Amino acid sequence: MNRECTCEGKGVNDEFTAEQWKLVDDVVRKYRGKPGALIPVLEEVQSITGYLPESMQRRVAKGLGIPLSQVYGVVTFYSFFTMTPRGKHQVRVCLGTACHVRGAKRVLEEMERKLGIEPGGCTDDRQFSLDLVRCVGACGLGPVVVVDEETHKQVKVAKLDAIVDKYRAESPTAEE
Amino acid sequence: MVTLTIDNRKTQVPEGTTILEAARSIGVRIPALCTLPELNHAPGACRVCVVEVERSRTLVASCVYPVAEGMKVKTNSERVRRARRSVVEFLLSDHPQDCNICQKHEHCELQAVAELVGVRTIRVGRTDFTTHRIDDSSPSLIRDASKCINCLRCVTVCAEVQGVSLLTPEGRGFDSKVVPAMSANLADSACAYCGQCAVVCPTGAIIERDDSDKALAALEDPRKHVVVQEAPAIRAALGEEFDMPPGTLVTGKMIAALRRLGFDKVFDTNFTADLTILEEGSELLKRVKTGVNLPMITSCSPGWIKFIEHFYPDLLPHLSTCKSPQQMFGALAKTYYAQFAGIDPRDIYVVSIMPCTAKKYEASRPEMCSSGYRDVDAVLTTRELGRMIRQAGVDFVNLPEDTYDAPMGQYTGAGTIFGATGGVMEAALRTVYAVVTGKSMPSLDITPVRGLAGVKEAAMVVGELGEVRVAVAHGLANARRLMDKVTDGSANYQFIEIMACPGGCVGGGGQPLPVSNEKRMLRAQALYLDDGEVQQFRQSHENPGVKELYEKFLKEPLGEMSHKLLHTHYVKRGV
Repeated sequence: MNRECTCEGKGVNDEFTAEQWKLVDDVVRKYRGKPGALIPVLEEVQSITGYLPESMQRRVAKGLGIPLSQVYGVVTFYSFFTMTPRGKHQVRVCLGTACHVRGAKRVLEEMERKLGIEPGGCTDDRQFSLDLVRCVGACGLGPVVVVDEETHKQVKVAKLDAIVDKYRAESPTAEE
Repeated sequence: MVTLTIDNRKTQVPEGTTILEAARSIGVRIPALCTLPELNHAPGACRVCVVEVERSRTLVASCVYPVAEGMKVKTNSERVRRARRSVVEFLLSDHPQDCNICQKHEHCELQAVAELVGVRTIRVGRTDFTTHRIDDSSPSLIRDASKCINCLRCVTVCAEVQGVSLLTPEGRGFDSKVVPAMSANLADSACAYCGQCAVVCPTGAIIERDDSDKALAALEDPRKHVVVQEAPAIRAALGEEFDMPPGTLVTGKMIAALRRLGFDKVFDTNFTADLTILEEGSELLKRVKTGVNLPMITSCSPGWIKFIEHFYPDLLPHLSTCKSPQQMFGALAKTYYAQFAGIDPRDIYVVSIMPCTAKKYEASRPEMCSSGYRDVDAVLTTRELGRMIRQAGVDFVNLPEDTYDAPMGQYTGAGTIFGATGGVMEAALRTVYAVVTGKSMPSLDITPVRGLAGVKEAAMVVGELGEVRVAVAHGLANARRLMDKVTDGSANYQFIEIMACPGGCVGGGGQPLPVSNEKRMLRAQALYLDDGEVQQFRQSHENPGVKELYEKFLKEPLGEMSHKLLHTHYVKRGV
């Protein structure tokens, strides 16, 4: 079991609010000492903070009294957990067979260019993160782009600006 | 008991035995790369140990598959041989091809297994490692993940034996690799640099940093006066580098070999081990009398020091302030010896031969320059010395025995047993008893602190001090157990000895490979032989050289000179 970390707080650029930290600590406290707690704790923490950076993994390790390496091993093993921040809006481009044959590849490339990120990444202003999915079960509507809960059908490269602008307009200068 | 047939031979083994163990018990050696029975490490990861079990559709990994009544196993069928060869072929396809220039060449288990199973071609595309990053951030160990075969031995030894839990598999599938937490460099992590991962690594993925070129350059330099010191555990293990039986005491040959290599003076770390006892013993008496910072904890093992600085920073005041024998030697070589020999300390170059990778780090700590110069200039492990001797063409086995130089070569049996777990404790008690009571202990052998039990305890009445209670731990996971007791107040000891490595220095991270508990024991026995039968004196305070050192130079234990040269301080690091 790792002992208390004496270097904590030094030089850490804290991007989370006091309230978020408190919620995280509550989750950890709820599960402390319970076997098999790590994965549910990480799930709940990620739902609070959006992602699991080093500072968050250290907090969980210390709180549960387990080595940081164990937390890191689990976070990197499961694709559900992410160490890169998630944007306010999740953009998912479908690359399933039906979408693919209707030109989804070009849609994805154009979306990457427009947002300036690759799949798995997040824009610097934390507005958008981009992922690719392998079929969302809407093959008749392809190519499909899903943003948050909303499905956009028959997406052409020319329509991308309108889609992105729609979500950008919804939350003007949220982080600035 | 379970009856089964292995390669047409009937055998009986206890229930729960694995096929691999059962086969081994009847003299059938199944090749394997990941399993490490002494650590109960059998992740079934490498798949080299596959065997055929009758009525089983697929081959099974024998290191994890338990025996069953009536089971029929084939370990050497055509199907098994072909599968093994393919498995190793795949491992090699994702492994660099530069075996000839690898430090582990001829000590590599992957290489040996590839030869054994007869891989002659690699039919699949091989991974390109040209842009691969090597972690050479630490002064002690170098990690090259390209050579890793994901056997996870290092992960187990780091967590279970050493309680550091630094290493973990990262990611998943083909891209998975073993890394320190957060994929950090070793130098930025809580690694103790003990090197036990390098000891168990079957390939060259974790190796000691080789500093022999630094030592060779100094030996070549006519302006340098190069002196060498050897830790106690070297003389009990160096022979293994030259295929001598484990536990052969090679003190005389080691000295002769070092002379052949060109060292100007061959001294001994055992000399400063004796000195450590006088300083540390006096410190213990002082603390017991004042009751401050008890229990006192030994500070000879640099892996242990780094561990406590990271994980138990609040307990640092309990550490003895004594430097380790290696560092005391360095500080004195550039002051006392420089004065003795009339040599400018600037021109003196101190090389240490250590069983330890953490000693390289210790010598590089910024505060280790109390002589006004870097106290120890280069630290070589037993393995590096072995390579140097072979490279120089010295026929080690047939060397005539030689003896040490004055004034820092003489040692007692108490100094030499520093190399085995419990040795520092035993040596300290001998001298503390003599100082307090004015006479030697009735028997100088303190057997309860010897041997490979993880945590050992003893208590003895020492004159007016009354009962002195001591504890000894080796392996950092055992140290952790003791420190948790110190933290919660349930430990009522006055003195604790901790050695980072299992078995103490004889099982150090820089010792000849491969290591087993049996070898650790044999090496320790060699040191107890040196103590009990070879050395004239068995108590540190009887060392004539150390007496002379106090008369002519240091004056008294814990005196002003000692404080300047022989004592140190520690750093809170956190994790």
